[in-house]
Amino acid sequence: MPSLPLFLSQLFNGLATGLLLSLISAGLTIIYGTLGVLNLAHGALFMVGAYAGFMALQWTGSFVIAIFGGMIGSLLVGLVMERVIVRFYYQRPPEDQILVTFGIGIVITELVRLSFGGISKPVPIPSWGEGITRMGFLFYPNYRIEMMVFVAIALLALYLLLYRTRLGMIVRAGIEDSLMVNMLGINVYRIFLLVFGIGAMTAGFAGIVTSPILAVTPDMGEVFLVQSFVVIVIGGVGSFPGAIIGGIIAGEIVSLTSMFSPAYSQVMLFAVMAVLLAVRPQGLFGIEGRE
Amino acid sequence: MMLQRLSRYSGGRPWVAELITLIVLLLCPVVLPLVGISADIASRILIWGLFGLGFDILFGYTGLLSFGQAAFFGTGGFVSAFLLTQTGIHGVFLALMIGMLVAMAAGVVVGFFTLRRSGIYFAMITLAFAEMFHFLELSPLSAWTGGENGLTGVPMPIVGFDSWHFQISSGWTLYGYIAAFFLVGYIVAHRIVLSPFGQVLTALRDNTPRALATGHSVRKYKLTAFVIAAGYAGVAGGLLGVLQSYMPPDAVAFHTSGQLVMQSIIGGAGTLFGPLVGAALWLGMQDFLQDIPFIAEAWMLILGIVFVILITAFRQGILGAVKQLVMKTEPATAPHATELSAEISRRTHIKGVPDEHPNQDNIPDHFFRTDTPTTKPDLLIVPKSSTSEGIALACRNLTKHYGGIYANEGITLSIPEGQLRGIIGPNGAGKSTFFKMLAGEVVPTEGQIFLHGADITGLGVTAVSQLGMSKSYQINELFSKLTVEQNLAIPVLARLRGEFRTDMLKSLNQVPGLRQQIEATLDLVNLDQRADIPVTELAYGEKRRLEIGLALASAPNVLLLDEPLAGMSPRERADTVQLLKRIRAGRTLIVVEHDMDAMFELAEYISVLQEGRLLAEGTPEEIKNDKRVQDAYLGGIEEA
Repeated sequence: MPSLPLFLSQLFNGLATGLLLSLISAGLTIIYGTLGVLNLAHGALFMVGAYAGFMALQWTGSFVIAIFGGMIGSLLVGLVMERVIVRFYYQRPPEDQILVTFGIGIVITELVRLSFGGISKPVPIPSWGEGITRMGFLFYPNYRIEMMVFVAIALLALYLLLYRTRLGMIVRAGIEDSLMVNMLGINVYRIFLLVFGIGAMTAGFAGIVTSPILAVTPDMGEVFLVQSFVVIVIGGVGSFPGAIIGGIIAGEIVSLTSMFSPAYSQVMLFAVMAVLLAVRPQGLFGIEGRE
Repeated sequence: MMLQRLSRYSGGRPWVAELITLIVLLLCPVVLPLVGISADIASRILIWGLFGLGFDILFGYTGLLSFGQAAFFGTGGFVSAFLLTQTGIHGVFLALMIGMLVAMAAGVVVGFFTLRRSGIYFAMITLAFAEMFHFLELSPLSAWTGGENGLTGVPMPIVGFDSWHFQISSGWTLYGYIAAFFLVGYIVAHRIVLSPFGQVLTALRDNTPRALATGHSVRKYKLTAFVIAAGYAGVAGGLLGVLQSYMPPDAVAFHTSGQLVMQSIIGGAGTLFGPLVGAALWLGMQDFLQDIPFIAEAWMLILGIVFVILITAFRQGILGAVKQLVMKTEPATAPHATELSAEISRRTHIKGVPDEHPNQDNIPDHFFRTDTPTTKPDLLIVPKSSTSEGIALACRNLTKHYGGIYANEGITLSIPEGQLRGIIGPNGAGKSTFFKMLAGEVVPTEGQIFLHGADITGLGVTAVSQLGMSKSYQINELFSKLTVEQNLAIPVLARLRGEFRTDMLKSLNQVPGLRQQIEATLDLVNLDQRADIPVTELAYGEKRRLEIGLALASAPNVLLLDEPLAGMSPRERADTVQLLKRIRAGRTLIVVEHDMDAMFELAEYISVLQEGRLLAEGTPEEIKNDKRVQDAYLGGIEEA
């Protein structure tokens, strides 16, 4: 059996990974919930955030500006994507929406590969993130703790936006019934653009804040895309609380399993999803009968 | 190109397309070297084409978009490669077949989980499962699969028996070996899509709830299609290992599934050859253009852009566009079509009774018939089951709650055989919920339903339909991409074949009674001249009649009609009332309707629902004069 300190440190690791997955999945799930589009380019937007941040860092040398650069970069790509292509897909079958966002994801990824090459770009840990903190018997790199804080702040901001603002109320109403919202005289298409932008920006933010501890490559978003699918299947598609809880659960599963057998950590994540599908197909927070 | 025509129940000549395929495959080794395409590229294209045959059955024909086919491609590939390199098995064919079976078994397991959801969930979950297979391959199973290194040294096949045998070597002989697999795979897939089984697949692609309601076990059909696709993927994966003498780990990776999806869309889904065409473009052009510096690097980008444009503007893909072009330029010259139209004109001539109504609605006169035609081929009616004692349908204390809302409360009624029962009630009286419970679409909170004396509570809509009770819907639920007669074939197939049958290699005209029942229904709902028309081109009134036809074609002895007159013009109403009168014989009819005049004319007995409860029952005359009914409709105060 693993020792208590190891267990606790893995638990903490799981929370760090989990919150990140929560944030990425929250972006995916509010887009799906509001627009009804499953965005398979979400992983590519994550990657765009990392690259845009990398460029901002090259120019300015400031990681804080890089974070904003990453957010703005993925926001712009997201807005263009919605205006030019995705908005023509709202009335089309879900299969077409999946296919086109999958295609857009490939186009974005390949454009980045063509411009930056396939070799990973270095995003160094900012000076204020260097070093290690001792937390009781637990040693933890500073930047990872700061990253957790960043992600938690972003999640809180999303929460406040969704639950404490007029826009959030409209978005949540749109998740329930976008047709009705439209009939009440609110231009849902403008809201859709806004939500798509927010979702894209969320992915970009996650991309840049994780880039110091990841290899920044054109394909870096793929693994996060797949994991965020698992998260929202676990949490229930379209549910914001589901994305948060699902993300933390997923993070803990991966982290705690790797304590016993690293080889099975990812496999276990999918196995849990399969079991959940068998007993509760709509996910933890999903509403039965809603597709 | 001829799929649309051949897939009709008329039969046709499936072997023509198969023969052409054989000839093209034979010509490839002669022609392709001339344009600079090597045996290796041609073999690779065929492997992707074979992989795509299964995927097209799953996606193009059944409508299930899987992003996880790499799981089965990899399973088949690694199982065969493992058998050939690590065990005593040296027969390549045997190893491929075992690989296929294991892939199919994996398909059963994965299908069990993934098919619990549809639409976007299905896409996400298949993708997730494929990633799980990828991780399994890379690490936990690396002792068998070689992990990141894959498996090397997959041998070349030997064809023949003991003394006479032939060692296949790489190049065009290996192409021949793979082409043989492709040809057999194509013939099987082609027969599947033309079979009754294949027809049901297209029906559940177009309208799953209706396919379910006409009496097909959608789950079993979907799972079977999923397993078929897994089998194709398994063989294709095995052949990839043979072709390369090496089984690569990235065969299980996400981009393998993605490439398959993209090739299928580019080539055209629902055409069987689409994925092959897509693969030819992808791999052939790549090979052709790889010496041009920029193009080679940007090839994936170009394909991505092409893919997005195709999805947006030419959803049917290259082959789909070609098919459309051919169909447009080629009028109904097919032997069957002329034969059928001759038949139609003969029949209309007999039935062409002068129209008594003036034509007010801009609808051709012949759609209104006032005669009672001598129904030539008789419409089937399922024999009644068990001990009915003269009661066709009964319910006891039927109740449905949605949370705190009581849609129906304690409804008890019984309907004798052969009666035409009307159900009326103001809006919100709970008529639709009541009907859904009777048809098995909604499970009651409390109470029981008996069909001919047998308890059918909670059996579900498919089983109820198989027992001989079917329903037509208030809002048309048609199979939108099929023609009128293909639509009608779906309920008939459920009646003649039961809820599930794997008659994949049979043709449609080997189903006895199918044609007669379709003709009889067409005749009854007066759509015999529109048999070949896609339903999207029908007028509203015609769609309405087809909707009733779908319920009739499954040969029910108890027929539920939910507002059959909804949205019709007065002329169409009169015509539909006549239709209802015609179909009464031998059936019990239960009709929900708002049109009081029609109801009082038609129904023998009427039940009135109000606020979820049974308010009154009686003959039309009694109901007309019932004080409570008048109050309910005219807004009298109940408690007064």
